[in-house]
Amino acid sequence: MAESGKTATKNLALIEAINLALHSEMGRDEDVVVLGEDIGKNGGVFRATVGLLDAYGEGRVIDTPLAETLVAAMAIGLSTQGLRPVAEIQFSGFLYPCVDQVVNHATRYRNRTRGRMSCPLVIRAPNGGGIHAPEHHSESLETTFAHMPGLRVVCPSSPARAYGLLLAAIRDPDPVIFLEPTRCYRLFKQSVEDNGEALPLDTCFVEREGSDITLVSWGAMMHDTRRAADLLAEEGIAAEVIDVATLKPLDLETILTSVAKTGRCVIAQESARAGGWGSEIAAGLAEHGLLSLFAPVMRVSGYDTIMPLARMEKLFIPGVERILKEVRKVFEIAPKN
Amino acid sequence: MNAPNDTAHRKVASFEIFHTQYLDPEGRPTAEWPVWAQKPESLRELYRLMVRTRVFDKKAVSLQRTGQLGTYAACLGQEAIGAAIGHALAADDVFMPAYREYAAQFARGVPMKDVLLYWGGDERGMVYPEGTPAYHDFPLSVPIGTHVPHSIGVAYAFKLRGEKRVVLVSCGDGASSKGDFLEAVSSAKVWDLPIVFLVNNNQWAISLPRQKQTGAQTLAQKAIAGGMPGEQVDGNDAVATREVLSQAIARARNGEGPSLVEAITYRLHDHTTADDARRYRPDEEVQAAWGNCPIKRTKAYLQRSGHWSDADEQRLLAEAAAEVEAQVQAFLDTEPEPPAAIFDTLYESLPKSLVWQREEVIAAGPIGEDH
Ligand SMILES: [Mg+2]
Repeated sequence: MAESGKTATKNLALIEAINLALHSEMGRDEDVVVLGEDIGKNGGVFRATVGLLDAYGEGRVIDTPLAETLVAAMAIGLSTQGLRPVAEIQFSGFLYPCVDQVVNHATRYRNRTRGRMSCPLVIRAPNGGGIHAPEHHSESLETTFAHMPGLRVVCPSSPARAYGLLLAAIRDPDPVIFLEPTRCYRLFKQSVEDNGEALPLDTCFVEREGSDITLVSWGAMMHDTRRAADLLAEEGIAAEVIDVATLKPLDLETILTSVAKTGRCVIAQESARAGGWGSEIAAGLAEHGLLSLFAPVMRVSGYDTIMPLARMEKLFIPGVERILKEVRKVFEIAPKN
Repeated sequence: MNAPNDTAHRKVASFEIFHTQYLDPEGRPTAEWPVWAQKPESLRELYRLMVRTRVFDKKAVSLQRTGQLGTYAACLGQEAIGAAIGHALAADDVFMPAYREYAAQFARGVPMKDVLLYWGGDERGMVYPEGTPAYHDFPLSVPIGTHVPHSIGVAYAFKLRGEKRVVLVSCGDGASSKGDFLEAVSSAKVWDLPIVFLVNNNQWAISLPRQKQTGAQTLAQKAIAGGMPGEQVDGNDAVATREVLSQAIARARNGEGPSLVEAITYRLHDHTTADDARRYRPDEEVQAAWGNCPIKRTKAYLQRSGHWSDADEQRLLAEAAAEVEAQVQAFLDTEPEPPAAIFDTLYESLPKSLVWQREEVIAAGPIGEDH
């Protein structure tokens, strides 16, 4: 731990990194409280809050009644009093009752009172499908929130980034929607250093450099995007891979810089296509990066359908093949030479 | 179902709702008054606050009618509730208003000018002066009832820190139908939180009368489902409202948990200046409601008991008129904010990706006649 002057490095799955960040920050700052349904003794439905009740007590680890509007509203009330609430919503589809509270209140108290009040809160939820969950458990909501002024929207894609971004979200003085990639919760492990260091909330991560095409994604789709980049490398195509990570505010600069180098771009998102955050990025490239593009910016996305139930969810969630298909279209229009 | 009379059934719960009134519409005491109310100055304080509020309220409506204020929600006839709140809360407590409790806000240090700025379309009307109790109060809340569950978090924070502070959150009869309100009322007792839920039942939610809001006999009984005390009070009786709120606040402060108070009043004005209640509300009902006016009955009591003279009345009206006039002038003299203000408290510090938008607004210059 940080106070001993040494930091422990552990091999962790993403959900374990979330748990580590919560433990770590609750130990560091006694104003941090966590709240939500089944987060106490049960440790959360995905086990993100395991051990917090024993370590910090039921004053700071709050099992709430089954009322999602209340969870968001209570987090708002707590945050106005200088606490740093981290609220958990069990599944993304249950975030909708929070939208009114977040949009009409959490984003506004600072602005309405010209800085007299503020809402330094985090709402965490799993985001997206791919785990054969029941109905209403697999939606992708990042764009719903990213459109809203006054918010920060974060979608981590790896254990180490989940740890550092969650610390940043908790320390941020404004409301943050923290959407965790459900299907990556236990998909792979990574070395995570419990160093208490937050990652930036306004910078995309260029996690792989390449000169031929820029692949842009976030959250769970980063996993497919990384595999697509691996497969392209075998074909001699060097893809630059960008994890947007913080959707709002959007660091378009980093994406533009990459596209200025590669001249090609494919954006991969799991959520429905129309008006998705990929469209916002594509529009930014059209406005500011058109002259460096050799081919149209292509989007890979879920379809404009209701998220199907488990049997058909793979039809909806774009995998590696759909990313590669769009990449091939780009290279047909603008071959590498 | 009818009360069964067999061994298969047993009663597991029952409830009663009481209504409190100390001062009838003619200004006569209905029972022996609580000690605080027996001091003439207490009642004079409540009376002055109600009168100042009414003078303000009338002026705000006339400013709107003459194009100098935006849409305004009047509190005509409901001044006793705000005055009682203002009188009952301690400086350290937190008041979370809906939008017809101006008297409470004035008592806690919100300048009348700020209320005018708010309805005049200026966020600075929600800043409130540092050093006043209002500085840690919440601003007005227009979306109906959605602010009510914020009280859960605020009160939880007090409890967590061992602070003996209380939250009083007010909303209207319409808000009592909202899920946000019900989620808060349902959960407050779980943690025995120091909250007073005040339902300002003015009989109308725009055009919907109280009896079409819910089939429940009273709104106070919604407290029962949350496991907390619920009661009605004559909301046009400043003595009763102040007393009932004080008791609820004292329970909350002593760790006995939340309460719900339904204050029965009547909206004498239209819903807002953008509404015309004649479309849906019989004039006879409004005329009859004037007979219950909270100011009229308080004045009648004070005068009959020799605690208020005509000279006192003249002086109060003159002072209130001068105060309101000065606040209106201060409102009208307030320069618009610099354009960049729409960005400057959006976040604690503006994200770099939004800097160009702020610069564009600044470059476009101040708001001119054509805006
Ligand atoms: Mg009403």
